[in-house]
Amino acid sequence: MSVVTNIYAVLFYVATLVLVLGVGAKVASYARTPAPLKIPTMPAPLTKAGAAFRVGREVVIFESLFRSDKWLWLFAAMFHFGLLLVLLRHARYFVSSDFEPLWTLIVLVQPFGKYAAFAMVAGLLALLGRRFVLARVRYITQPSDVLMLLLLLGIGVTGACMTFVTHTDVVGVKSFFMGLMTLRWQPLPADPILLVHLACVAVLMMVFPISKLLHVPGIFFSPTRNQADDSRERRHLAPWAVRMDAERTN
Amino acid sequence: MADFQIPVLSDEPAEFVPELQPGTMAHLRPFVAKPDHNVPLGFPGELVDDWKDKAIGRMGDLLNRYRSLRVYLDSCVKCGSCADKCHYFLGTNDPKNMPVARQDLLRSVYRRYFTTSGKLFGPLVGARDLTQEVLEEWYTYFHQCSQCRRCSVFCPYGIDTAEISMAARDIMDHVGYGMKYCNEIITKVHKIGNNLGLPGPALQDTLDGLEEDVKDGTGHDVKFPMDVKGAEVLLVTPSADFFAEPHVDGLIGYAKVFHQAGVSWTVSSYASEAGNFGMFIGSYEQMFKISNRIRKAALELGVKRIVFGECGHAWRVAYSFLNTYAGPWDFLDPRYPVPQHILEFTNDLIRNGGIRLDKDANSGMVLTVHDSCNVARASRMGNVPGGQFSVPRDVIRACVPKFVDMHPDTIHDKTFCCGGGGGLLTDDLMELRVKGAKPRMEALKQVIEQQGVTHMAAMCAICKSQFTKVLPYYGMKMDMIVSVHGLVSNAIQLGVNKD
Ligand code: SF4
Ligand code: SF4
Repeated sequence: MSVVTNIYAVLFYVATLVLVLGVGAKVASYARTPAPLKIPTMPAPLTKAGAAFRVGREVVIFESLFRSDKWLWLFAAMFHFGLLLVLLRHARYFVSSDFEPLWTLIVLVQPFGKYAAFAMVAGLLALLGRRFVLARVRYITQPSDVLMLLLLLGIGVTGACMTFVTHTDVVGVKSFFMGLMTLRWQPLPADPILLVHLACVAVLMMVFPISKLLHVPGIFFSPTRNQADDSRERRHLAPWAVRMDAERTN
Repeated sequence: MADFQIPVLSDEPAEFVPELQPGTMAHLRPFVAKPDHNVPLGFPGELVDDWKDKAIGRMGDLLNRYRSLRVYLDSCVKCGSCADKCHYFLGTNDPKNMPVARQDLLRSVYRRYFTTSGKLFGPLVGARDLTQEVLEEWYTYFHQCSQCRRCSVFCPYGIDTAEISMAARDIMDHVGYGMKYCNEIITKVHKIGNNLGLPGPALQDTLDGLEEDVKDGTGHDVKFPMDVKGAEVLLVTPSADFFAEPHVDGLIGYAKVFHQAGVSWTVSSYASEAGNFGMFIGSYEQMFKISNRIRKAALELGVKRIVFGECGHAWRVAYSFLNTYAGPWDFLDPRYPVPQHILEFTNDLIRNGGIRLDKDANSGMVLTVHDSCNVARASRMGNVPGGQFSVPRDVIRACVPKFVDMHPDTIHDKTFCCGGGGGLLTDDLMELRVKGAKPRMEALKQVIEQQGVTHMAAMCAICKSQFTKVLPYYGMKMDMIVSVHGLVSNAIQLGVNKD
């Protein structure tokens, strides 16, 4: 096995571990910390199911963003939906072709995922551009915000290159990842573009739990969006506040 | 008239993103609380020597207590969607008044002391040490946020800068660096029973005077009872309703509605305040204590229902938090929501014919309404989401010949704060209050010029005080602000519908 293969194999094990444990720890801390007061942004749904649907709309169609800024919504939608299709397309590297009916679905999504890369990269470029063009966004931009976009662009552009310009050995890539998953390592094709692509992905996985990418789990835990408007009907009490009832003089 | 520049009103409400002018508001901060205001609340008298460690310690406590804080400090992607939504930014051009920039003042310190990325990468991810300079910046800009939650409406993750501001103020209080206005008022509530420091006997006098005035004006024996045991309803109303203009017209309106509905009611001298400034300083403990004054009064007076008067943040605490702090309400009549808003009470009576209104009493008036931020975005009225918008409008429409709404981007949950909410209704912040009112003033000016609006109704004691003070700066008349129940008071037909 080549040095490159060994390095990347270890890299992906570490990256996966950091991603899963890191995000897991964050999610656990969000779940553990109570929301002591009812603070949904009103008007809010009256039921828990309604509130879940509200969160669903934020996740799927970026409802609040749409109300706020149509251009930003468009750029964000291009990037996120592009990324989603591209990711679905990548499932082919992790699923065996005799795994039906999943495999048929993965085959179906291939052409969409292929061109979605353009939407993703265009969206990212627009998001990057507005960080420099709009004064108010420039003001709040930190170096890490730009680096994050560059990292995603790096992934998107190298990926698109391998699809549309210089094809890489996709069969080799698949056997590498299937090998990682089954603990029977296989060689990784030593294609420079592929190596850059994969290195960027590994970095992204590792910074996920310590960066603003935490907005992904964050939205599910946002009290202003996930709480139902039922405070007059149901008494809402955080565990740490329960003891205070006993302090009342009446 | 003012030693600062009064903003020029644009003709395109809510469509204009201002130039950034860094530092325009860096000079403005409220008076710092004195030991007399701090010690009774359990805060250190003045800035403690080891304030840095204490502040970081308190931040850690709050992170374990409030999911909102933890999630919101992590989740912001710096998209800027909230940036141009804050009235203080729109009115001052100071970029630190953009909600995300305001959050970053606290987030930078959170990053530095509580996150791996901040410890590893420092300034690259916007982390910075907590220094005296940072503390001063907190003091300045967390007292330029009225906790109105407009930013939260437009954030893709619902990040609520109000939660961050409250946490920051709580941290500052815990190192002895709170603001005078709020802490002094809370001290008064505990000592005397209301924000204005109006003692029981004075309150009784005021109520007796109102009783006489109404008798003289209408010939009807409308009562203004205090501390009456066994009354059906405990009315909890902002203390400004007892004498400030136009608040008191609202109180007279409530009294006439109770009178006409034949419902006995009382105010309590012990809990003679609906406002709960514990919220403004982000103190769970203070909100708890102040809320439980109401529970105690309700139990002692043996009432069956609790009704709140017109006040925005009071209604937020009442609607959203009172059950948490002072419930359960199993000793009250289960047929009514606890608490109820006076507008819900009046609206029900209008609908079922319990009171009759004569629009001619308000003839010549063209009304618009200011949705108070805490009513609009932090509470509800009635049974359906959005009742907080329709109930006040239904009541107003029943009282006046003509009603029009302001620009759609400035009403309902997109409403702009009056500029004086969140514990900022103090003369030491007048410049901020005038500038922060700009977006509302623009929308108001538009309906005055295009639709002939003569009056703006408000349903919050702070809004009413703020507008009467600020309107003249913009060349408008202070008496164009009316209480919603002031309109009811004019229009209600006393003595006609008893059958
Ligand atoms: S809560 Fe209101 S005042 Fe505070 S930052 Fe948000 S929009 Fe501005
Ligand atoms: S809208 Fe939300 S995520 Fe975007 S900058 Fe403002 S607080 Fe951050």
